[in-house]
Amino acid sequence: MIQNLPWLFLVLPLLVAAIDWVVFHKCPKTAATLSILSALGTFALCVAYLSGWQTGTPDVYTWMPMASGTLSLHLGLTMDALAMRMMLVVTGIGLLVHIFSLGYMKGDSSNLSRYFAGLSIFMFSMSTIVLADNLAMTFIGWEMVGFSSYLLIGHWFHKASAADAAKKAFITNRVGDFGFLLGILLTLGVFGTLTFADMGTAVAGVTPCLLTVTVICLFCGAIGKSAQFPLHVWLPDAMEGPTPVSALIHAATMVAAGVYMMVRLQISMGTGAFTETACMVIATVGAITAVMAAIIATQQDDIKRVLAYSTLSQLGYMVMAVGLLAGEAAMFHLYTHAWFKALLFLGAGAVIVCCHHEQDIWKMGGLARRMPVTVLCFLMGTFALIAVPGFSGFFSKEAILDAAIVNHPAFFWIGAGVAAITTFYMTRLCLVAFFGSARAHGAEEAREASPTMLLPLLLLAVMAIISGYGFVADYLVPAEGFSAPGFHIGFTFYVSLGALVLGLLAAIAVYGFGKRSSDPLGNNFIATALRKRLYIDALYDKVLVGGLQQCGAHIIEFIDSALIRGLLVQGLAWLVGRVGILLSWIQCGSLRAYSCVAGLGILIIIVLIAL
Amino acid sequence: MTIPLAHYLIFSGILFSIGLAGVLIRRNILVVFMCLEMMLSAANISLVAFSRAQGTEGIPVYDAQVLSLFIVAIAAAEVSIGLALIVAMFRARRTVDSSALNTLKD
Repeated sequence: MIQNLPWLFLVLPLLVAAIDWVVFHKCPKTAATLSILSALGTFALCVAYLSGWQTGTPDVYTWMPMASGTLSLHLGLTMDALAMRMMLVVTGIGLLVHIFSLGYMKGDSSNLSRYFAGLSIFMFSMSTIVLADNLAMTFIGWEMVGFSSYLLIGHWFHKASAADAAKKAFITNRVGDFGFLLGILLTLGVFGTLTFADMGTAVAGVTPCLLTVTVICLFCGAIGKSAQFPLHVWLPDAMEGPTPVSALIHAATMVAAGVYMMVRLQISMGTGAFTETACMVIATVGAITAVMAAIIATQQDDIKRVLAYSTLSQLGYMVMAVGLLAGEAAMFHLYTHAWFKALLFLGAGAVIVCCHHEQDIWKMGGLARRMPVTVLCFLMGTFALIAVPGFSGFFSKEAILDAAIVNHPAFFWIGAGVAAITTFYMTRLCLVAFFGSARAHGAEEAREASPTMLLPLLLLAVMAIISGYGFVADYLVPAEGFSAPGFHIGFTFYVSLGALVLGLLAAIAVYGFGKRSSDPLGNNFIATALRKRLYIDALYDKVLVGGLQQCGAHIIEFIDSALIRGLLVQGLAWLVGRVGILLSWIQCGSLRAYSCVAGLGILIIIVLIAL
Repeated sequence: MTIPLAHYLIFSGILFSIGLAGVLIRRNILVVFMCLEMMLSAANISLVAFSRAQGTEGIPVYDAQVLSLFIVAIAAAEVSIGLALIVAMFRARRTVDSSALNTLKD
């Protein structure tokens, strides 16, 4: 009995989501309390397991027995260090986001029961991905996070942009999921098993070509979920959802699921399964995403969109690390990034609420004086993101850059360049939003955020600072056998320090200390292209969406005009008309002809009777 | 001297054929009408002839004669209606030509 306690990770949030929605549909306070309690419960359970509590191996349930008997789909839990430490990130940030939501959603007129039920169902789905012991179960969680993300992005569904963004996220993810499903089937066909634990032995004897195809197909899932180029378009739009949701789902956990899945595969298949071609594809996709997103972020005005593109860029880093066979470094960065990016988003959420739901950084300004604690927390997150030495992000970025310089120097220089751009746009954001004087009425009236919002911010700020150091990281970084900062001062350190200083100086030179009221770089064709997201979204709209719609319209037009109108309606009328014309000579109007025919008829009848 | 049945039938056949030819050929509707009457009479003649020929000991089979009386009565009724129609038609169109009766065709 006791060994099945880990199933609570899944059952508790799912049950709470159902109760929230079915029973406490009309009592948002009870629903919120229940959701927070369930997050707290799973968090406590996770801490208990991490601190060495043992309950034995949880039961494995057979879900779908198959005829052959050798193969069946089952539901089981992995309880290794990778999964449990990832669970700590999920439940820990989840809990803080639940609490933050109380403050953020106060006074919101939408149904909060729905909101908290959505959060709980997300916790269930994410836990399913993290704890799954086979790819089929991962896929269930994979689709469920897509669904909960759809629910939460579209929480304010009466806003057309939010409803569109929810749809966009869901459909874009479906594209990636199709590849993922193909990958799962290929895995089943090639390895004969979907269970992670059995993959290591099954890899032997598989041809490299087949391995490459399988890994790349599975990577398609990560491209969709982790919003890598070319399926990255949904993530910036997903910022239409409530900010705590952006922090939890679209920054810290769900979008990292792709990286987690790839690392999980890398560990279970062994790095040998990741052939050179597959690695090159993965690393290139990651690098393209990192560079492109970072460049676009430099010209975004919406505080959440800057952070969204920064998330894209950092995810690109992680994927690049996976492609460089440095899964541990990727997980290290995922882990630190989860804390500081959640902090940045929640900080942005606090700023947005305090400025009366203003998201344009050019309409903020001078916030450092009005809400010092929030801004200080935000700055801590920023320092971690731009990798100021000593902050958590610094160590994890070093780890990736170290891996890159060993495996592939080209990717090292790309990473260093992205680091410089990251510093530039984050400094721009902070300078414009927090310094100088207020540029709009909302910013003038900004006051410090409420305690329910400050508490998660402070806790996350602490994590953003210390989570990279050995005394925390050794116990919490979700990569087994990774001795956290294998950091030493060397070539990569000088390069990333150079990138940091370069970005910082460039941003200060361009934007001063918040004295400007508009972007001095904003009036040329490059800036316009960046503001239009390099026209990728427009291209998809025109070519894919428009093309498909046109294609569909043509098919419907064909069925409508050719088949229904042409063949059925007009065709039948034409047929009847022709037959009428053919037969109309019978009705000649000549009395004699009629009587002739009548006589002939009688004659025929007589002959017939006589015969 | 008795006239054999065949003679009656031949006469009736000739009369019927003349009537039929008149119906098919003539355009004057009055003539067509009279030809129709002629065909009815031909039928009557053959009926009566059969009635006589089938009789035993000078007593004819009256069924056929009754039938021919019916035909005469119906012909009378038909004539009255037919003539009335023809008169009405003549009043309406000033013609009794049957080939002019084709306005419904167009």
